[in-house]
Amino acid sequence: MNAVAVAPSTLAHPRLPRWAPLVVAVAALAVGALLGLILGWGPVAIVLLSGLLYVVALPAWSRVLEGRRAATDRLMTNLVWGAFAVVCVPLLWLLWNVVQKGAPHVTVHFLTTSMRGVFGSMEGGILHAIQGTVIVTLAATVIAVPIGLMTAIYLIEYGRGSRLAKVITFLVDVMTGIPSIVAGLFALSLLVLFFGPAFRAGIGGAIALALLMTPTVVRSAEEMLRLVPSDLREASFALGVPKWRTILKVVMPTAIGGIVTGVVLAISRVIGETAPLLVTAGYNDSMNGNLFSGRMTTLPVYIFNQYKTPGAVPLGAHAADPPGYARAWAAALVLIVIVMILNLIARIIGKIFAPKTGR
Amino acid sequence: MAKSIDVQDLDIFYGDFKAVEGVSMTIKAKSVTAFIGPSGCGKSTFLRSLNRMHEVIPGARVEGKVMVDGMSLYDPIVDPVEVRRRIGMVFQRPNPFPTMSIYENVLAGNRLNNKRMPKSEADDVVEKSLRGANLWNEVKDRLGKPGMGLSGGQQQRLCIARAIAVEPEVLLMDEPCSALDPISTAAVEDLIHDLKSSYTIVIVTHNMQQAARVSDDTGFFNLKAAGKPGHLVEFNPTKQMFTNPDSPDTEAYISGRFG
Ligand SMILES: Nc1ncnc2c1ncn2[C@@H]1O[C@H](COP(=O)(O)OP(=O)(O)O)[C@@H](O)[C@H]1O
Ligand SMILES: [Mg+2]
Repeated sequence: MNAVAVAPSTLAHPRLPRWAPLVVAVAALAVGALLGLILGWGPVAIVLLSGLLYVVALPAWSRVLEGRRAATDRLMTNLVWGAFAVVCVPLLWLLWNVVQKGAPHVTVHFLTTSMRGVFGSMEGGILHAIQGTVIVTLAATVIAVPIGLMTAIYLIEYGRGSRLAKVITFLVDVMTGIPSIVAGLFALSLLVLFFGPAFRAGIGGAIALALLMTPTVVRSAEEMLRLVPSDLREASFALGVPKWRTILKVVMPTAIGGIVTGVVLAISRVIGETAPLLVTAGYNDSMNGNLFSGRMTTLPVYIFNQYKTPGAVPLGAHAADPPGYARAWAAALVLIVIVMILNLIARIIGKIFAPKTGR
Repeated sequence: MAKSIDVQDLDIFYGDFKAVEGVSMTIKAKSVTAFIGPSGCGKSTFLRSLNRMHEVIPGARVEGKVMVDGMSLYDPIVDPVEVRRRIGMVFQRPNPFPTMSIYENVLAGNRLNNKRMPKSEADDVVEKSLRGANLWNEVKDRLGKPGMGLSGGQQQRLCIARAIAVEPEVLLMDEPCSALDPISTAAVEDLIHDLKSSYTIVIVTHNMQQAARVSDDTGFFNLKAAGKPGHLVEFNPTKQMFTNPDSPDTEAYISGRFG
């Protein structure tokens, strides 16, 4: 009879040394590079192959030395990190691309002039597009936030469980899925109904964007109001405070941080919309501060137009790209920066309004 | 002005479920009345029906009469908001408003109702209420700090201060000490003793010693069986209840021979 070699209940297990991942990484890279060079692959393929080798090799070594559970742990850890890297790559690549192509053209002149009378190799600007984006998005927010907020308040505070609330929730969900171009066409047909077929103005874009924002605002505000403990409402009722005042002064202030964050996220989602603005607000080379009359350019539409009609490559220049491409990239960079700033503001506001624990 | 409460044949429902059945009692003014009984027998439900907090829950309703000062609380012409202003409530779990400071929490009843008062008067109300709740000395140097930063016992006393700042006629307390340590519990019990001189107090408690210590009258609620409505078994002066109860069920519950 064979005796059992290992003591049946030992707490200590052999562990891979701390430098093991590093060694495996270096080895994987070396093997990957060697294979790649032999097969004549490019650097991207080599990195991918090495990564794959690493993900498999470390758990394999671990399986031999450490046992099954530790090997599974290492494999899962590698997969999670791998997924993270895969997600990050396109994002960073995109940012890098935009910064590289756009940054050199973002000058003071670019930010402070419009495209009025710009032709050929003249330098144009995006001031009119920034102005349009700000005005249209603000107007959309002014329309969408009260409607969305009141809908959320109805759903949580008054309509809980009622049939009407269920119907509204369903409609809001449907609204979330409306393609943006459909919202644009709807806004256009609405305005055409009142003001005639040739009507184009910023307000049409604002209505279309508001349509796209509202469901997001409803959803996030609903979520935030739901998080307010019913204890607080009852505490307020027990002090003889009417329901509407309780909602206004106890529930809303408690949830306001999250609601503001939700609103800003909704804004940053629609600020990049192109199609609905193209059909409602149109395109225009000059400044237009009037929301209700005349075509109004926004940044995404500007980018689209610069790309569509980039102008001619200046004579004698060696550059392959027409001037419109550079403007498009620069405007894209400005748009991304605006969205980032909005997100930062949302975070800061969320922090400021978050209920204070005092600890 | 402290008020007495006269309850006649009260049934309380959650939708179709009858939670409490056929309660009649008279709660005396300027005294402490305690409710005891096993979990789920409807003590909280009954207490919340005394200031129309019960109907805040969707589908909840009440049949029967609750008379305060000769006026029926459930008369259609009575405004529930006004009732709650006169009959304050302290909950089992301390629930200070997280967005408000200690000072603002005490004044919440006034401020939320948009009652304007000069700063000096507001200061007076805050000090008086916090002194009344035995909390003044502990917080007087940090009135501007968030109410959530206090310990559990302090938070509960803050909630009591908030409730008495609107000068209600009756104060309902639902197991106000169940989340508190013994020292905070003693502080709240002392407070109940002091408040008795100006308020009518009704307190639900799980703790029989506490009922015996603080109350003048005690009501014992029980369930006939699981799923059946709770009912009032006995309502008597506390002394009698704990020495010579009318009902054998009460005696069994009080002496711990229950179930
Ligand atoms: N919000 C509610 N909805 C439905 N039933 C409830 C609700 N609150 C309490 N009940 C029921 O009412 C009965 C009494 O509960 P409660 O008054 O909380 O008892 P106690 O405070 O004596 O422990 C229990 O059967 C409980 O399940
Ligand atoms: Mg209870």
